[in-house]
Amino acid sequence: MAWQMNSERPIYSQLYDKILVRIVCGIYKAGNRLPSVRDLAAEANVNPNTMQRAFAELEHSGLIVTQRNSGRVVTEDRTKIESARHQLALTQVNSFIANMRELGYSDQEIMDLIQSIVG
Amino acid sequence: MNENNSMAYTPNDSMPSDSPQNYSVYTQDGAAQANAAQTDMAQNNAAQTDTAQNNTAQTDLVQNNATQTDTAQDNAPDHAVSLQKPDTPDRPAQDTYPQNTPDHEQGSRAQNGTAPNDQVCTPNGNIQSSPGADAVYSNLPLLQLNDLCKRYPGMGTYMSVFHMNLIIPRGRIIGLLGPNGCGKTTLIKMINGLLTPTSGTVLINGMEPCPATKKIISYLPERTYLDNSMKVSQMVSYFADFYEDFSPEKAYAMLGALGISSDARLKTLSKGTKEKVQLILVMSRQADLYILDEPIAGVDPAARDYILRTIITNYNPNSTIILSTHLISDIENVLDDVIFMKNGSLMLYTSVDSIRSQMGKSVDTYFREVYAC
Repeated sequence: MAWQMNSERPIYSQLYDKILVRIVCGIYKAGNRLPSVRDLAAEANVNPNTMQRAFAELEHSGLIVTQRNSGRVVTEDRTKIESARHQLALTQVNSFIANMRELGYSDQEIMDLIQSIVG
Repeated sequence: MNENNSMAYTPNDSMPSDSPQNYSVYTQDGAAQANAAQTDMAQNNAAQTDTAQNNTAQTDLVQNNATQTDTAQDNAPDHAVSLQKPDTPDRPAQDTYPQNTPDHEQGSRAQNGTAPNDQVCTPNGNIQSSPGADAVYSNLPLLQLNDLCKRYPGMGTYMSVFHMNLIIPRGRIIGLLGPNGCGKTTLIKMINGLLTPTSGTVLINGMEPCPATKKIISYLPERTYLDNSMKVSQMVSYFADFYEDFSPEKAYAMLGALGISSDARLKTLSKGTKEKVQLILVMSRQADLYILDEPIAGVDPAARDYILRTIITNYNPNSTIILSTHLISDIENVLDDVIFMKNGSLMLYTSVDSIRSQMGKSVDTYFREVYAC
């Protein structure tokens, strides 16, 4: 099944985001091998060159590492993964708070609402 | 990994350093000049229609050329500034491989004589080598157009292909896009040696079209050219006889996957199924350049997905696929680059990612804007 893509953003950066989420969620575990560019491109239904570019970016960010014999592997450095996770979470929270404020909620009301749902 | 060394961008939508400038060397200047020249022609043709009597063909030409002038004005501001790389020569010397395109180096395995490692997208294990001249292609672009022009007799001064300059590297999937009548099929026919240029040259691996270039090009024309009374199995044998690089196993595998019987005669198949068969035959060759003229137009969405997946999985860094189509949104995700043509001229040659990051729109949306009627 092809991955859902937004047609207005560059594909490689969307692929980057999706793979990043998979790494952070532990779908691709630290130290484990990633699927090959070719396989993942076929799964996502995108051009292998574009997938390659996403991989290159991930490597640049230090989230994946190329090893001579085993190909591409998710980094063992858990602090990197944790910080990526934190970044994603921050984006979510900031966007949530911005939206809530737009609806007219005060910060206290927001906290109360979260409290009541999360318990 | 070449790409890593030369790029220092962050994973957001800001434009990476390698993208559009490198392509526009061959585009914006060429297009601007073409448009300027066509404007002159518009004036010539205008003069002619004043004096000619009821020559509707010529009047149409005036309108075409007038549109071209409008285009020059409309489109130049939009992407002239951002996509131009002013300090690069207009047309590189014949033997200069585009060095300033780091992501192409992935595709050219023979730049330094070494095989690509598995960081580059290659088929696992075997390195595909082209059936063409191995030593020759390593320094030459796969496809090069030098000031290519084509004028059909009876069309007055209008050129169906007007001063096109282009260098197409290996390992890319490229969309050839443009409105009906803009010269795409004329261009494709010249690349295939089915038409001779009026002036300028087409070079495939440095050679003008000839049997050696036809050997390494796999062409899917828009209209059926196969004998309608042939059975599918006969067509597979026919292709196997004709082309050294044809793989019957591959063809049968794809025919099977699409549920097409090898006993069926071409004339008994529906239009869409006929198209699938022809596409399968073309894709079962191991060519350096695949040219597909409207490969998915008459095909249902599910089969379209299958075909695009086949194109993706067939990808190898030695070959390039040129897809001419109107169904842009379907194939955008599969394309690396796009070529926009209008009135015989090259308007744009850039990557899908550049269009999306710079314009913030899909290629389909951008196309509709550029070519709005």
